[in-house]
Amino acid sequence: MRTLVLAEHNNLELNPQTLNTVTCAKALGSVDILVAGQNCGDVATACAEIEGIDTVLIADDENLAHALAEALATLLISLAENYDAILTPATSVGKNVMPRVAAVLDVQQISDICEVVNKDTFKRPIYAGNAIQTVQSRDAKKIITVRTTTFEPASPTGGSAVLQNIDMVGSPQLSAYVSSELSASDRPDLASSSVIVSGGRGLGSVENFALLETLADILGGAIGASRAAVDAGFATNDHQIGQTGKVVAPDLYIAVGISGAIQHLAGMKDSRTIIAINSDPDAPIFKIADYGLVADLFDVLPELAQALKQ
Amino acid sequence: MKVLVAVKRVVDFNVKIRVRSDGSGVDTAGVKMSMNPFDEIAVEEAVRLKETGYVSEIFAVSIGPAQCKDTLRTALAMGADQGIHIETDEDLEPLAIAKILHNMAEKEDPDMFFLGKQAIDDDANQTAQMLAALLNWGQGTFASNIDFVEGGAQVVREIDGGLETIQLNLPCVISTDLRLNEPRYASLPNIMKAKKKPIETIALDDLGLDTAPRLNVLTVEEPVQRKAGQILTSVQDLAEKIKEAV
Repeated sequence: MRTLVLAEHNNLELNPQTLNTVTCAKALGSVDILVAGQNCGDVATACAEIEGIDTVLIADDENLAHALAEALATLLISLAENYDAILTPATSVGKNVMPRVAAVLDVQQISDICEVVNKDTFKRPIYAGNAIQTVQSRDAKKIITVRTTTFEPASPTGGSAVLQNIDMVGSPQLSAYVSSELSASDRPDLASSSVIVSGGRGLGSVENFALLETLADILGGAIGASRAAVDAGFATNDHQIGQTGKVVAPDLYIAVGISGAIQHLAGMKDSRTIIAINSDPDAPIFKIADYGLVADLFDVLPELAQALKQ
Repeated sequence: MKVLVAVKRVVDFNVKIRVRSDGSGVDTAGVKMSMNPFDEIAVEEAVRLKETGYVSEIFAVSIGPAQCKDTLRTALAMGADQGIHIETDEDLEPLAIAKILHNMAEKEDPDMFFLGKQAIDDDANQTAQMLAALLNWGQGTFASNIDFVEGGAQVVREIDGGLETIQLNLPCVISTDLRLNEPRYASLPNIMKAKKKPIETIALDDLGLDTAPRLNVLTVEEPVQRKAGQILTSVQDLAEKIKEAV
């Protein structure tokens, strides 16, 4: 099988979730990567060094600068006849563009796969991860988004792929980029951080939510949030972990003041070690945590920071 | 401006689902069913836009068995004007749903089509994007704000890195995210009024579309369950466990 992986990037740097997607694609066959963007040459160079890639296709065009679904789908559809499968990480870009490609190709997309059983059979979570479905696709072409936490990253070095420039075909002009407000942070990216300190409604305010920063600083971790904390305005939407937010699986997940609704558990229950701090001994988070502490988080956080510094 | 809203009947979000022991699927017999929460947000947005005068007419569409009429009644009680029920007992995939909605859009000629960004049963997150593709319209997915400007709609989208604003020509498809609005509860008088609002029923077979499944579901299993761990008694112990884990 020939597969094409759409690289996720911001025109400057490759998003590491692309590497996990490459591993998934290798289970199906040979792998080419598409880097679509504007002035994205550095990303293409990085992709060429990923181990086991045949060709890196570069589409450098102003219409592709912001990964608008309509333009990106048009490009992917123009390349589809050369491939048996097209894959992206299940990021906001992948989720946005891939169904558009699938519909035009008359293919039923397979979303968020967590295992490749064989070339046409895949496992994927449904009902917020409370059931795992095994589906066999009857479509000749496979359109797939990948749950990256369940695949190891491919090695970012050791490859020597051919770089090939391709042209953007037309531009649909149905939408236009206006602006973005991206959270600037020196912390590791939530999706790839090995430690995540995550806060819930129990924090009570924006100011209290900031208490998590001390802990995250000591551990070199990222900060996450439950939906309740985001809805309450304690954290911005890009922090949300859960069924409809980000899915993470760090080595260590510390849930602070998070009760553990199934929708939240869906986004973090594959973490290696889960630690929960909550004042409610009946909070469902304790049913899945490896270690729990039933206590007032406002007492615990300063004391814990002190203990960890020692 | 006319808006179509798609509403799906799903297992209520508060229900802890049970996977059948023979691996054939999830038990839905006797389980509480409700409108998909993201679709409630889509209906609410359309109703608010009608209240502020941008929208003149709201049609709610639901596809599935006879009980989908209950889901449509909920949309009508929230403020939709008419319901369209595409009746079928088949389990349809997102591509098939998108084809049916495409057919409805051609018949009803809306200016916008609102859908929830994902259904909480299959978690596919596909239908809105597929519909937009089939219609060759622009798409504003994961919307957390919608404004009308000259030449179209400006949509704020929740993306991985934060928020993004795009502008769409009309007509367009919008998929609604959690923080677009907080859906209302229908009042009793509105529930009564909704009973008198029209619902058109169309048999799926009469549409003559290819909605055959493309995916063969081999099994549905329980995920590996985590076991509850240990409750610690001191912050010192907690710090030790954290040091071991990193």
